[in-house]
Amino acid sequence: MSRIQLVHLAHARSGDKGDTANVGIIAYEPEHYDLLVEQLTPDRIKEHFGPMVTGEVERFELPNLYALNFLLHGALDGGGTMSLMNDAQGKVFSTAMLRMEVEVPEEVAEAVRGRGRVPEGWEPEQGEYV
Amino acid sequence: MSSTDRTVRVGSGQGFWGDDPDAPVRQVERGPLDYLMMDYLAEVTMSIMQKQRGRDPAAGYARDFVPLMERIFPTCVERSVRVVTNAGGVNPEGCAEALVEAGRKAGVSGQAKVGLVTGDGLMERLDELLEQGHELRNMETGEPLSTIRDSVQSANAYIGAGPIVKALEKGADVVVTGRSTDTALTYGPLMHEFGWATDDWNRIASGVIAGHINECGAQCTGGNCMIDWWEIPHMSDLGFPIVEVSPDGSFVVTKHDGTGGRVTRASVAEQILYEMGDPTDYITPDVIADFTTIQLDEVGPDRVRVHGIQGSAATDFLKVSIAYSAGWKATGTLTYGWPDAPQKARAAARILRERLDRLGFEFDEVRTELVGWDSTHGALVGPPPADIPEVQLRIGVRSEDRAAVERFSREIAPLVLTGPPSVTGFAGGRPRVQEIMAYWPALIRKEAVQPHLVVEVKDV
Repeated sequence: MSRIQLVHLAHARSGDKGDTANVGIIAYEPEHYDLLVEQLTPDRIKEHFGPMVTGEVERFELPNLYALNFLLHGALDGGGTMSLMNDAQGKVFSTAMLRMEVEVPEEVAEAVRGRGRVPEGWEPEQGEYV
Repeated sequence: MSSTDRTVRVGSGQGFWGDDPDAPVRQVERGPLDYLMMDYLAEVTMSIMQKQRGRDPAAGYARDFVPLMERIFPTCVERSVRVVTNAGGVNPEGCAEALVEAGRKAGVSGQAKVGLVTGDGLMERLDELLEQGHELRNMETGEPLSTIRDSVQSANAYIGAGPIVKALEKGADVVVTGRSTDTALTYGPLMHEFGWATDDWNRIASGVIAGHINECGAQCTGGNCMIDWWEIPHMSDLGFPIVEVSPDGSFVVTKHDGTGGRVTRASVAEQILYEMGDPTDYITPDVIADFTTIQLDEVGPDRVRVHGIQGSAATDFLKVSIAYSAGWKATGTLTYGWPDAPQKARAAARILRERLDRLGFEFDEVRTELVGWDSTHGALVGPPPADIPEVQLRIGVRSEDRAAVERFSREIAPLVLTGPPSVTGFAGGRPRVQEIMAYWPALIRKEAVQPHLVVEVKDV
């Protein structure tokens, strides 16, 4: 087995409902969905975020989309206009979750190497706008 | 109108109030479209509009919608594109009036009708409703509204597709509502076009999901999309989404040919998960949709078919959006350069807090973040590297006491000469002191709202 960051296995989108952030995690490859279900338990997510999430973590399964939806309660400093956080709407909790390390078979780790990150040396084209 | 074999195209023109101002123009000019939906309202928008109306009785709606319509009205009339929007905010009457005027200026007099939906506003009926026993308890905390009654600034029921369908039946070419749900702006036209029964749960649920995909604009066509974002083409000319819906409720998500962006299974899946709660229990005024039944298939370039959706009977309640005044806040920033930038920034925050304490001001919260290090991923990133070249100190305060927040706002710039060295980035002036409009979600029985909904149609 090998430890890799979730960013190589899944993409994500997050948003807010009051003081709760939601994070949707979607497997890049359908065959990795079961791995996500096994590894991304609510307890492990709660542990990953530590003091950033003051309430409970709920998980919902969407096998039709190869996706999991997490509700992180008490994550947004009161939420909405109360919150003093830079990320008051929880927009970047998505990639905060993708930092997490998961355990996968060696061949999976090898197959997904570099996935989810810009290719080495990639820069936006500038041309006339330099 | 009766059911038909043809598909109906509903395009999204705005994902929020302040979205790309040219997106609706691209939608009506660059390809075929039957309906343009535009969502202008977020949770706090209604309270902002209520304040604007307090200062000026003619205000209280998304003002930029009117010049936009002046610009696209002739094309909409010529191409028979009907517009459905909640731009009316807390003053849909004022919005509709301005819209009729804009239509005349645009030269479409006698060629178009404006539909107006009113009755979602509960502010004037609030005490009456409380007396009748509608407690309007906060859905998150369970507290009754009476605990904050005097601070309430706006109260509106989220209304469904019924009045939109009625306005379209009466021949409206543009429908202006107050707090319609975001999704109803898409499935209202579908119920009208296909004549879906109000208990045809699966088809209405399909329409809701079409609406959920449409409602955030380009967030499903390549904007804010994580999959290989560096390969998404022409993002400066991003195509906004269009749903091409069949009479059975299934639909294809696409965008106009020749526009930038990308529609794939993944881009649509990301948007489906946006702001999701329990996916089996997505409650709207007209149906409960089950997002675990959604099937996605890529059926062509920039074409994703969505089908298989199931829904179940709607509840007896409408959600109510209440905003109440909950104190004051301000956030200021300063930039610290190498060496020891994080230590300098944290020392500055400490000095500022000591000064405010000495002045006797009380805050409910003071929050310090280092932009460039921990302001988005918090403690997950650990301590900053010793040689980080710079950080931006971002410090915010919240208090019931306006004077405390105002004093805080005046204490940021002085830190440049009275705090730690190698600091810059203060040119923006004092941080703005903002009134906090907190959100109070509640439920109300449908019969307390629905008889008050009124649909009118006016000639341009």
